[in-house]
Amino acid sequence: MKQPSPPEAAKPRRLNWPLSATELAGLRAGEAVLISGTAYTARDAAHKRLVAALEKGQELPFPIADSLIYYVGPTPAKPGQIIGSAGPTTSYRMDAYTPRLLAAGQRGMIGKGRRSPAVIEAIRQYGAVYFAAIGGAGAKLAQSIAAAEAICYEDLGTESVKRLQLRDFPAIVVIDSQGHDWYDLGPAAYLNRQKTLNAKE
Amino acid sequence: MRELAAAEITEAVRRLCLQGACSLPQDVCQVLKKARDAEDWPPAKQILDTIIDNDDIAAVSSVPVCQDTGMVVAWLRVGQEVHINGDLTAAVDAGVRQAYAQGYLRRSVVSDPLRRRNSGDNCPALLTTELVPGDKVEICLSLKGFGSENMSQLKMLRPSDGRQGVVDFVLNTVKQAGPNPCPPIVVGVGIGGSFDKAAQLAKKALLRDLDAANPDPYYQELEQELLRLINRTGIGPQGLGGRTTALAVMVETFPTHIAGLPCAVNLNCHVSRHMKEVL
Repeated sequence: MKQPSPPEAAKPRRLNWPLSATELAGLRAGEAVLISGTAYTARDAAHKRLVAALEKGQELPFPIADSLIYYVGPTPAKPGQIIGSAGPTTSYRMDAYTPRLLAAGQRGMIGKGRRSPAVIEAIRQYGAVYFAAIGGAGAKLAQSIAAAEAICYEDLGTESVKRLQLRDFPAIVVIDSQGHDWYDLGPAAYLNRQKTLNAKE
Repeated sequence: MRELAAAEITEAVRRLCLQGACSLPQDVCQVLKKARDAEDWPPAKQILDTIIDNDDIAAVSSVPVCQDTGMVVAWLRVGQEVHINGDLTAAVDAGVRQAYAQGYLRRSVVSDPLRRRNSGDNCPALLTTELVPGDKVEICLSLKGFGSENMSQLKMLRPSDGRQGVVDFVLNTVKQAGPNPCPPIVVGVGIGGSFDKAAQLAKKALLRDLDAANPDPYYQELEQELLRLINRTGIGPQGLGGRTTALAVMVETFPTHIAGLPCAVNLNCHVSRHMKEVL
């Protein structure tokens, strides 16, 4: 696997979700992006219900084809706010459900942290993408959410599924459609540079 | 005997939770800025800039720094000369309940670990009480996020593993955690005691200010060495590469059995919300 070069001063690429198969295939691990368009929130409990619904052949509460799911459980919105603090939660807890949802048509995920080999393989197989947003930056990320509306599973509270309108939401491509994983390549690129610097000294 | 109304403890817990959720303590802000200035890998520096920017936005607009407003760790050092009027545990929980409702903080606690129904008020707190001489009550609180808590580990090392065994275990824990606990992280290490004591020491370490080194020079040196080694792993901010993997390593110790060397590593994210008040 050829190692992509570090995206040093590259300007973030603007994306309008949903992306075409060609656009998805053009994304590269390590790239900074600004995402606009519709995303749906879902974390552990909602994923469990979504997959259970698929298994029973029931209709899902939102169109899964070409969808983008953001793993987030925001703080409650104060009066006058669109949404509270809204940063990503750790993605591996969704690994058990993700291949099933990708098979059903989902094409993007926003979260943070490593994914399982099965998820990476499914991303490759379906030409999907996994983005990371900055964990612990929920106050700032909320500023890139222009609308939020709970659409189902409201009994789950913070874990209900919400339809979000993202506007220039900052993220980084971590796993691209070829299966490159920036959690391996990013630190490797940094260590490589350190080695070169040390050798020059 | 000094009399203290339980309601005063409720009020202090409420105030500290509200303050802690939206504005990071000074020691954390300063260490973050220092790390940003020392980081020379551009994508990593950019992430640290965003994190600092986020912390400013949160403080100015009273929005929680992170949507995981945590489970409340409450560590009370209660003076033996104080008589608390009322139910102490209920008083702490009342403070949590009020803060999470008033501050629009996320309720992230389920009242049963397997049946998983949300308790609805972020209660109960994880309460530890310590009896100490004097007539004061010191309240240390942490709003502990679980992305980092989930990556924590405990190991019963052998005495022959020694200092190197501790170093290896801490490093392995951090490497296995990788991007998951939201680096740059804060690393609490508990060494000695027993199985449960080591874990408690590691949690206690996370309540310290990040610039407060262990008073014992031997352990101060261990803290510095661990920080140096962790920041050579290349994991970097958010696990995407760079120097700044950890902001601080804090070690707490306790005497242990001739047959044992328990070691616990409790991780915290960069949103290290720890607050203190003395009543």
